[in-house]
Amino acid sequence: MIAGTNCRKIVGGHATGAALITNERINFLSMINQENGIVEDNQHELFGSPVKNTVLIFPGSIGSSVGAYSIFSLKMNLCAPAAIICMGKADIVTASGCAISNIPLVDKLDNTSFIVIKPGMQVNVDADQSLVSIRSPTV
Amino acid sequence: MELTREEENMLRGESGESLSTAYRILLAIGEATDAEKLVPVQWAHISGANYNTIGDSGMNFLEGFSKNAHVKIRTTVNPVGFDRNKLGNIPDSFISKQMDIMRSYEMLGAVPSFTCIPYEIFDIPNNGSPVSFGESSAAIFANSILGLFSNRESGLSSLASAITGKTPYSNLQIESFRHAKVAIKTDFDLTSELDYGLLGFFVGNSVEDNCVAFSEGKENISLVNAKALSAGMGTSGSCGMFTKVDGTQQEIISCGKEELLGIKEQLNTADAGDLIVLGSPQLGLNELKLFTKLIQGKKLKKRCIIFCARAIHDQAKQLGVTDQIERAGGEFMCDSCACLTPLITRADFDSVVTNSVKAAYYLNKSNKLGVSLKDLKNIVKEYAD
Repeated sequence: MIAGTNCRKIVGGHATGAALITNERINFLSMINQENGIVEDNQHELFGSPVKNTVLIFPGSIGSSVGAYSIFSLKMNLCAPAAIICMGKADIVTASGCAISNIPLVDKLDNTSFIVIKPGMQVNVDADQSLVSIRSPTV
Repeated sequence: MELTREEENMLRGESGESLSTAYRILLAIGEATDAEKLVPVQWAHISGANYNTIGDSGMNFLEGFSKNAHVKIRTTVNPVGFDRNKLGNIPDSFISKQMDIMRSYEMLGAVPSFTCIPYEIFDIPNNGSPVSFGESSAAIFANSILGLFSNRESGLSSLASAITGKTPYSNLQIESFRHAKVAIKTDFDLTSELDYGLLGFFVGNSVEDNCVAFSEGKENISLVNAKALSAGMGTSGSCGMFTKVDGTQQEIISCGKEELLGIKEQLNTADAGDLIVLGSPQLGLNELKLFTKLIQGKKLKKRCIIFCARAIHDQAKQLGVTDQIERAGGEFMCDSCACLTPLITRADFDSVVTNSVKAAYYLNKSNKLGVSLKDLKNIVKEYAD
């Protein structure tokens, strides 16, 4: 483990996965295929990427309030992110979806940590300890 | 967030699993929004009733959840996938799963309203009353036009509010968050409900705050345009309220005609439609009357489905409004809405025409149809004679 940073716990638990990073917000109802977890909105920068078992790092959700159920569907269909990190502050749709899906959710990382975490890096989210760390320095 | 001893006990499961789940949801959203405590709400409006949106996992969750829980406050429910009285060609498996979801909400004690415009049907609590609205367009409308206090709740958090009677005291529940820092400046006249929908979509894209200001306040905007603006904002973003510019806004974002045209180009994915779709949000009595006026003495040249709350439909029927629309060729679908409807699929239609920005977004993204966006006047002009 080479780098770690503090964060705020929203939903407890811990998980490790490859970082999937976007600066664009997500409408979980319309943008992600709930059967396979692939981003299917061709206008989103994550178009074609699977969210399954990743550590999804994104600004927050937009649009449908039903997106919380979509997060739960992803989990039940075994294609949800392993953990979610919200840049800035977590939102109500993401927080409530993660709460019933037992997906660890954290927010409020130090700004600098986004420079350190690069797409594909193995990231460990330990929400209970309010800690995010990088397991492997290379992609 | 601090919970009372009673709330802590319920979170731990002393009053059953459903209440424990509900408090887990409230705790998570309370932490996320920096709430210090939970506060009572008077009304929960729950989204997440259409089988097409919540799927098997949502259906199973609600079935378990409703077994040992009951609503504590007035609770109304969003549209489902079809009209209970017009099942048509909907597959049996869809019908039985949808009925399962409806039964769960009835078991919980929710009013089977199946509407996304509860504010046009039920009595409105006093100005300033805290509520928990899941449906995004209804939350924005309630905050901006009705003076109710609601966060942009999720399907799950509005469900949690329904059985606990509470929501976190944060964001738009607090007076100081209900003042806009950002103003939207338009340098042209908005001429139709479609323009308001497009403006809403623009705002959702560009403003992440709780509240945004327009030059037009709630006193000047018509019900039809306010609905379109709320639905557009709800579709593209997370902002939960609009208010009138009062000179205190620190940031001004310009929205010119070309910005709206850009959004229209993005959402307009067909030149014409095989089907006219009206109602996302569901049409209210005002809109039905307006439509009646426009099509008086005319016949629609294409099939036209009007999504409408059953309560509004029954009112309109007594007034003779539904008869006039049906004579012109319109068909009513109650209980359901244009978003993610199983009634309009690629198997039957290549493209549709609608005046709703929200319908255009979801019919294209989720139902994979081409959508032609036109305002109601132009739809009638082109599709009726």
